[in-house]
Amino acid sequence: MLERLGDRVKKGLREWTDRLANDEQKQRMLALPRPENEYGVDPFGYNLDFSLSAVAPFLWLYRNYFRVETFGIEKVPAGRVLLVSNHSGQLPLDGAMIGVSLMLEASPPRAMRSMVEKWVPSLPYVSTFMARMGQIVGTPENCRRLLESDEAILVFPEGLRGINKLWPQRYQLQEFGLGFMRLALETRTPIVPVAVVGAEEQAPALMDLKPVAKLLGFPSFPVTPTGLPFPLPTKYRIYYGDPMHFTGRPDDEDSELDKKVRTVKASIQSMLHQGLKERRGVFW
Amino acid sequence: MRPAVVVTGISGNLGRTLAKLLHKHERIIGIDRRPFVGRPKDVEMYELDLRKKKAEDVFRKNEVRAVIHMGIMHDPRMSEEEHHSFNVVGTTRLLEYCAKYGVKKVVVLSSANVYGPSPDNSNFLTEDAPLMAASRFSGVRDLIEVDMLAHGFFWKHPQIETVILRPVHIVGPTIKNAPSNYLRLRHPWMMAGFDPMIQLIHVEDVARAMVAALRPEPKGVYNVVGPGEVPLSAVMRELGNSPVPVPHLVARPLLGMLFKYRIANFPPPELDHIQFLCAVDGSRWVQDVAWKPHHSMRETIRAVQGE
Repeated sequence: MLERLGDRVKKGLREWTDRLANDEQKQRMLALPRPENEYGVDPFGYNLDFSLSAVAPFLWLYRNYFRVETFGIEKVPAGRVLLVSNHSGQLPLDGAMIGVSLMLEASPPRAMRSMVEKWVPSLPYVSTFMARMGQIVGTPENCRRLLESDEAILVFPEGLRGINKLWPQRYQLQEFGLGFMRLALETRTPIVPVAVVGAEEQAPALMDLKPVAKLLGFPSFPVTPTGLPFPLPTKYRIYYGDPMHFTGRPDDEDSELDKKVRTVKASIQSMLHQGLKERRGVFW
Repeated sequence: MRPAVVVTGISGNLGRTLAKLLHKHERIIGIDRRPFVGRPKDVEMYELDLRKKKAEDVFRKNEVRAVIHMGIMHDPRMSEEEHHSFNVVGTTRLLEYCAKYGVKKVVVLSSANVYGPSPDNSNFLTEDAPLMAASRFSGVRDLIEVDMLAHGFFWKHPQIETVILRPVHIVGPTIKNAPSNYLRLRHPWMMAGFDPMIQLIHVEDVARAMVAALRPEPKGVYNVVGPGEVPLSAVMRELGNSPVPVPHLVARPLLGMLFKYRIANFPPPELDHIQFLCAVDGSRWVQDVAWKPHHSMRETIRAVQGE
């Protein structure tokens, strides 16, 4: 019975997806590659039909709630690519919106994979949802494997430092991890810097209740004016930068890698500044 | 007489399957504490314990060209001491004889379970991933130790071709290991909200893999993967089971009680296997012996139920 209910929900969502997408976008979604076996999943557990159903609410957020505008998405090259973005907003909706934009607006359309936190697989329902959507635990081995099969991968080198930052730190890039640069050098993957403007204001966190977070096993427990980190309808602008190609030894010293990482960071920061200058306000 | 292949643990389901596959081409000597029911006439059988002195006679009296070691026991109801002694001491003795009597090829059956399921596992573990299973489930400690013993033997005796096979969950009509028993339940538990990718391999494919390991090319450690990976829920649907979703916070203490009072036969740490990933990358084995399982995914899953 539960299964039939699940199938009905899936079908309803799929119809919603179809209503939200225009004809061209529908064509694009149908053109997404299907890497599945007879049981409808790829080796990582990704299922295209599940994704196209589950994407409906995100599509709605994309079009009607955050009214996402993308700039320069044509710069995303075919083949393997690492998308490196700023991370903010308490809930990882910035990742979801980047994913939707690549599905709807990139040519050819891409089913993006992102590297999720290691605590995600220990969460019931969330773990299964993420796997079916093609999102994968962020270990270097997983990332390497996906890049070698020419996937588009989103990384947030700020990680939790970025998403959990408080209101006064908005649009200030936190410390970047170096792991993505090692992987890019090792697999000769171009890096496309991405700046998301708007997500930083969606859930202004005033403070982080660390003891509560610890009690619940969460990475943080933000307190926002609305109480919960419920996202406000800010307007999203997603900027894609020119692909950057790096060469060098992946096992170089941290200081050497850091120099390269800093150029990526600078590129994101300058796109953030540009986006902030171009917009008229937070909500429109 | 022809040089022989010694097979330990031959009386088990896997051993019998292997014997059937191999006895037409090789002279087989079986060693097991249990009698070999339905033994082909050309299989010589020694009913004895590897830990006993007599086991050495098998090597002293016969020219042994290869050893396939499957005599590893995993029974959660057995005393830990006996378990450990049988597996670890038995393997140590056997490897000693192999070195002493100049056996050319040693194949040890380990398991992909040695890596252990965990939420921070990579989706596909390669052979050099650390063996973490015992960190959450001490019952598998000696299985890891057997794997390590074989590993050490591989490095210590470069002139001997040692192969350590780590197959994924073995299933088959007569197999009575934890995964097969679990999948045979009409109303198996599933952890509510968890649906990990599962890898299964048909018992006949494992037997074929061990035969392939006797060839001269393969050396070292290999993960052996069957037809691929599927979500646990898809396996349940294929088998027509109606799983019961149990919240993971309740499942562990509840199963602990049921196990203690012998209502269930699965120790609670086994729940990790239906909650988290423990999937391996079998590409090294595919490359070195051109491995292709005979049984499709559907056949492999259905093999749990028998014909």
